[in-house]
Amino acid sequence: MFYREAGDYKTTYVDDNQTFPIKFDRYRYYLVLLLGFAIIPFVINDYWVNAIFLPFLIYAIAAIGLNILTGYCGQVSLGTGGFMAVGAYSCYKFMTGLDIWLPTGAEGEMVQYALPPINIFFSVLLAGFVTALVGVLFGLPSLRIKGFYLAVATLAAQFFLVWLLNKWEWAYNYSASGQINAPERSVFGLLVTGPSTKAWVAYLFCLVFLTLVALIARNLTRGSVGRKWMAIRDMDIAAEIIGVDPLKAKLSAFAVSSFFIGISGALFFSVYLGAVEVGEAFGINKSFLVLFMVIIGGLGSIFGSFAGAAFLVLLPVLLKNTLVGGLGWPTDIAAHLEFLIVGALIIIFLVAEPHGLAQLWRVAKEKLRLWPFPH
Amino acid sequence: MKMKLATLALSAVMAAGPALADLVIPSLSYRTGPYAAGGVPFADGYADYFTLLNERDGGIGGVPVKMIECETGYNTEKGVECYEATKGEGALIYQPLSTGITYQLIPKTTADDIPMHTMGYGRTSAANGDVFSHTFNYPANYWDGASGAVNYLLETNGGDLKGKKLALVYHNSAFGKEPIRTLEELSKKHGYELTLLPVDHPGQEQKSQWLQIRRERPDFVIMYGWGVMNQVAIQEAANIRFPMENFIGIWWSGGEHDVLPAGDGANGYKALTFHAVGDDFPVFDDIKTYVSDKGKAAGNGDQIGSVIYNRGFYAAMLAAEAIKDAQAATGNADVTPGDVRDAMESLNITEERMAGLGMPNFGPSFQVSCENHGGSGLVGVAQWDATNKKWSMVSDFKPTDRDVINALVKEDSEAFAKENNIESQCK
Repeated sequence: MFYREAGDYKTTYVDDNQTFPIKFDRYRYYLVLLLGFAIIPFVINDYWVNAIFLPFLIYAIAAIGLNILTGYCGQVSLGTGGFMAVGAYSCYKFMTGLDIWLPTGAEGEMVQYALPPINIFFSVLLAGFVTALVGVLFGLPSLRIKGFYLAVATLAAQFFLVWLLNKWEWAYNYSASGQINAPERSVFGLLVTGPSTKAWVAYLFCLVFLTLVALIARNLTRGSVGRKWMAIRDMDIAAEIIGVDPLKAKLSAFAVSSFFIGISGALFFSVYLGAVEVGEAFGINKSFLVLFMVIIGGLGSIFGSFAGAAFLVLLPVLLKNTLVGGLGWPTDIAAHLEFLIVGALIIIFLVAEPHGLAQLWRVAKEKLRLWPFPH
Repeated sequence: MKMKLATLALSAVMAAGPALADLVIPSLSYRTGPYAAGGVPFADGYADYFTLLNERDGGIGGVPVKMIECETGYNTEKGVECYEATKGEGALIYQPLSTGITYQLIPKTTADDIPMHTMGYGRTSAANGDVFSHTFNYPANYWDGASGAVNYLLETNGGDLKGKKLALVYHNSAFGKEPIRTLEELSKKHGYELTLLPVDHPGQEQKSQWLQIRRERPDFVIMYGWGVMNQVAIQEAANIRFPMENFIGIWWSGGEHDVLPAGDGANGYKALTFHAVGDDFPVFDDIKTYVSDKGKAAGNGDQIGSVIYNRGFYAAMLAAEAIKDAQAATGNADVTPGDVRDAMESLNITEERMAGLGMPNFGPSFQVSCENHGGSGLVGVAQWDATNKKWSMVSDFKPTDRDVINALVKEDSEAFAKENNIESQCK
């Protein structure tokens, strides 16, 4: 009924290969875009942006990044938190003016060269590139090992990067406490970081990045690059026989995935929190959280990344508001119940639909195609 | 338990009734997670003081206090969510009890014109009110703590620490790193040797640090820990038979729950403090009559009089006094956050004032000014007696090395001002 294909004729290959081949689906997508870009910015307030939309948008970027690596290329990674930290700290260095210390020749003397601060939009992008580099570096072992062994290797990346960024004073501009603070930065004269940022500016800034990331990811995964990743995921030896270069495929997956995760880390620090401390904000919990998003949302699906991020960001807030705000329960009991409910829901979801929310959505769509005349 | 749950739920619903014209005070508490051991008593003390004011005096200046509790789990993301959720309700003052959340909220509260009181934690250089207009950290800060510990060691060692070895066991985060620079400066001045031993979040894994202490045998150990980290550290120190009287914790490492698990091994352990310990104060009789006997005590009601409970209590008292001052200054019972900020900036806590509240000598007397948001910085030392299971003061509230600290505060706050283009606010 809703997803009727009858009468929806395609006369070119381009039409046939588009992301949303069904008309209703395509119009719904335009509607969501319109809603996101043209309507929500006018109605949101500080609470909606800082407590709900920013975490959702930023985690969705991270989930897309991890989904490329784990869902599409089959390389298990537990280093997401560490890569997000690299994104955050490199964004901080770019936005405050990267300082480089060079020896002058005289014994022990150093001279400082500092770049001028880079516009926040480009700082975030550059942070993505730095993270891509680091990701490739830690992706190198994936050529030799896979599965659980690779998971442990990326876990090492997580711990190493957090340790490094906590230890290395240059990374946090030699501040006494090791915290990094985002100074006020603007795009087109509108503040996007710092406390005086308007809610809708911060929201739109992250939404632009999410849209770009999702578009790039979607187009990469349905092109030849994505097919190579999926061939490696499904059976690497067979893929090699049909001519896929595992080195290129795996490292490109690591690079693209880390690029996205770096962007999400940079936004997480600069736009969302404004001040972070590496151990607290980018600990192992963050890696698990993003991995859960990908698994619950659905491995190997862009929509699944959105759904997973929404599920794990919105559900705790919703539960808190109902239990404490609505029913007036004590906060500690509500917090413990929240863990129980979220945990139970994850298990139920995975038992009922191991392929995640994306698969549920796909099944619903199939059913709606035939409705009201099922077989 | 069921009965208690029902009454709790009921009282929370009733408290949430009339919203207008109440004095709204959010409590960003954490009763879950690895830092709950300290978070629970603090939140209880904070809540009980306001319950007492509501029950005994009908609020502050005749206006009831409405406290909104929000669970952060010591997590900065949840802290931001709590801040955004509560600030719209007319929150008068924030006390997040977490250095990480404090760093988040310093710029936000300044932009929203809401004062924040980070008592004995947070960003130390916020003591410079000229730069940090909305952040207050009286009566003492982390650097006072470091200097207070060194002063105490000087005093008990004949004024000389030359050639002594001092180890700092610290939580490897902004909180734990705070005292390093002060201790380094002081080591230049007093000639002791400093070893740094970081412990990673949440702090359960400390075997290697204590192995190193056993090997290097420092004369003294100073600890900056919180939550589960403290219990583990004190247990480990007892295991390697480190002389407990040479082991001094910061005030966040000096609660009953920190020392009790180590039993007799913890006897003699010391901790810094900026307020009194124990429940030997007239105000606690009122707490019994008006709060706990009526079944209105927060949490399980079993924390009353413990060290961290007293700290929450003290924090609430200072907030209430600032609100009283704001009401007196504006002549308006229903004050705004901006009024409270102004009142905090001219707050004067004297001995007489505390005695009038039934809390004589509960904390050091101090005065806040526009330039100095950090108070007097007087620090005392308490010691644990494992046989009687009691903390007792072994040193009065004494001044710290303000020459060293003020220079560091100036340096750090001016760097922050430059980074964020903040202009001087004090005329």
